[in-house]
Amino acid sequence: MGQPAAGQAAGGQAAARQASARHIAFENVEVVYKTGLKALKGVTIDIPRGQFVVVVGLSGAGKSTLIRTVNNLVVPSSGRVVVNDVDVTHARGSALRAARSDIGMIFQTFNLVKRSSVIRNVLSGRLGDLPAWRGVLSAFPKADQAYSHDCLARVGIPEKAYVRADALSGGQQQRVGIARALAQRPSVMLADEPVASLDPPTSHAVMSDLKRIAREDGITTMVNLHFIDMARDYADRIIGMRDGVVVFDGTPTEATDAAFEEIYGRPIDDKDLRGA
Amino acid sequence: MPDQAVALPRATGRVKSLVTLALVVALFVFAFGQTKFNLGALFTGASDFFRFFGRMAPDLTALPQIWPPLLQTIQIAYVATIIGAIIAIPLVFLASANTAFDPVSMWIARTLLTVLRSIPDLLWAALFVAVLGLGALPGVVALTLFSVGVLAKLGSETVESIDPGPLEALKAVGAGRNRTILFAVVPQIAATMVSYMLYVFEINVRASVVIGFVGAGGIGVLLQTYMNFFDYPGLGTLILVIFIVVLAIDGLSVWARSRLI
Repeated sequence: MGQPAAGQAAGGQAAARQASARHIAFENVEVVYKTGLKALKGVTIDIPRGQFVVVVGLSGAGKSTLIRTVNNLVVPSSGRVVVNDVDVTHARGSALRAARSDIGMIFQTFNLVKRSSVIRNVLSGRLGDLPAWRGVLSAFPKADQAYSHDCLARVGIPEKAYVRADALSGGQQQRVGIARALAQRPSVMLADEPVASLDPPTSHAVMSDLKRIAREDGITTMVNLHFIDMARDYADRIIGMRDGVVVFDGTPTEATDAAFEEIYGRPIDDKDLRGA
Repeated sequence: MPDQAVALPRATGRVKSLVTLALVVALFVFAFGQTKFNLGALFTGASDFFRFFGRMAPDLTALPQIWPPLLQTIQIAYVATIIGAIIAIPLVFLASANTAFDPVSMWIARTLLTVLRSIPDLLWAALFVAVLGLGALPGVVALTLFSVGVLAKLGSETVESIDPGPLEALKAVGAGRNRTILFAVVPQIAATMVSYMLYVFEINVRASVVIGFVGAGGIGVLLQTYMNFFDYPGLGTLILVIFIVVLAIDGLSVWARSRLI
């Protein structure tokens, strides 16, 4: 991907931002895995710009599959996902990479390169927008380097830039994950169980960071969570999944204990709460 | 423990292991007979053996003659390892399921590596001596091919066992293939690859002694000369020197590898 392509994509985004409040649109999305498992059975959702959406459901309900269709890490068998008026599902090659570079993602297991320094992990978030030769030579422009340090500062660990990633605690590693996604200057952020590997206080700190940054930058965010109390604390909107179908879509106040029991298909208990 | 035998669940797979054992034994008996291996001959030959050894008392005046070809042997091994590694690197990624372009080029790369490894280095050396003439050059080429085969195979096994998380993360970032490999894969395999290079260098030093026998340069050429001229003291010195040098390089390499990972 060359620079002109990236420039066009950025221009397109600006236009899209004005044209449509509908930022992410799932249009009758179905996913059938090779094993025959139907992970998504026709999901249709519109997510407006800037909304902080928490997707809840048991493991196997299709949460991970759903958010991975947004950046096409999982390719829908039918239907499509439209982000910023770009049909991500049918984008290929440099068009797909341009779409992905506008969508940040953080993971349950952080997915950092453990043997690389923290700043190199953050800089790798710039790779999607960078001309290939610069990426291959690791010749990041000064502005990109400065921006990556800014991202680290925003997640509160600017002093860790030159530490090896595996020397950090879990909470710090997830912050590096957030910084890497931020370095993309994304308009969409996806988070797949971002706090499942963390202890309760760290979970809240990481979720607060994520929410604060989403607010400040107007980033549309989709977070997969299992914990009921966290979903209610942070979400603008809660989407409940069960067996590949959306069974709940409403505000945190509408998401009562009864609603969660319907989503989980069983009585809720303490294990469904992260606690303080 | 009670005397009465308790009915145990029947062990499964017992027949299979018995058949396997029988096959191994039968093959051994057959091959043993075919090779006419004879322990007696080993004992009757023992006196000749020791007489031979007695004549090989090292003669240190042969040393000045030994150093230049010895140095050449190490140089052949070194050059072959480095060039082999440079050629192996792209093949590593072509041959690994998680970094390959497509199934076809992956199959071609894997087949090429299998062919490279299935031909012994001595055979490569003989082949290139025939094509390129006597000297160090065919030795370098032969050991380079061998190094490519081994390094690319070990490397692609390493690549296939890396943590897939960073690969997924960089795919999500929208980074291209080469950039993904450079940022997500290379840091995970670099130390192991250097360790494999040291290991292959060790093997190459030993191999480059032997390939001199077919005229591919290095200390092996001198070894053969001494043998042809029945220069037993020279031979003894040479074997001792080779032993010490190989031991030293192995030791250094083991030490360096232990520091790497």
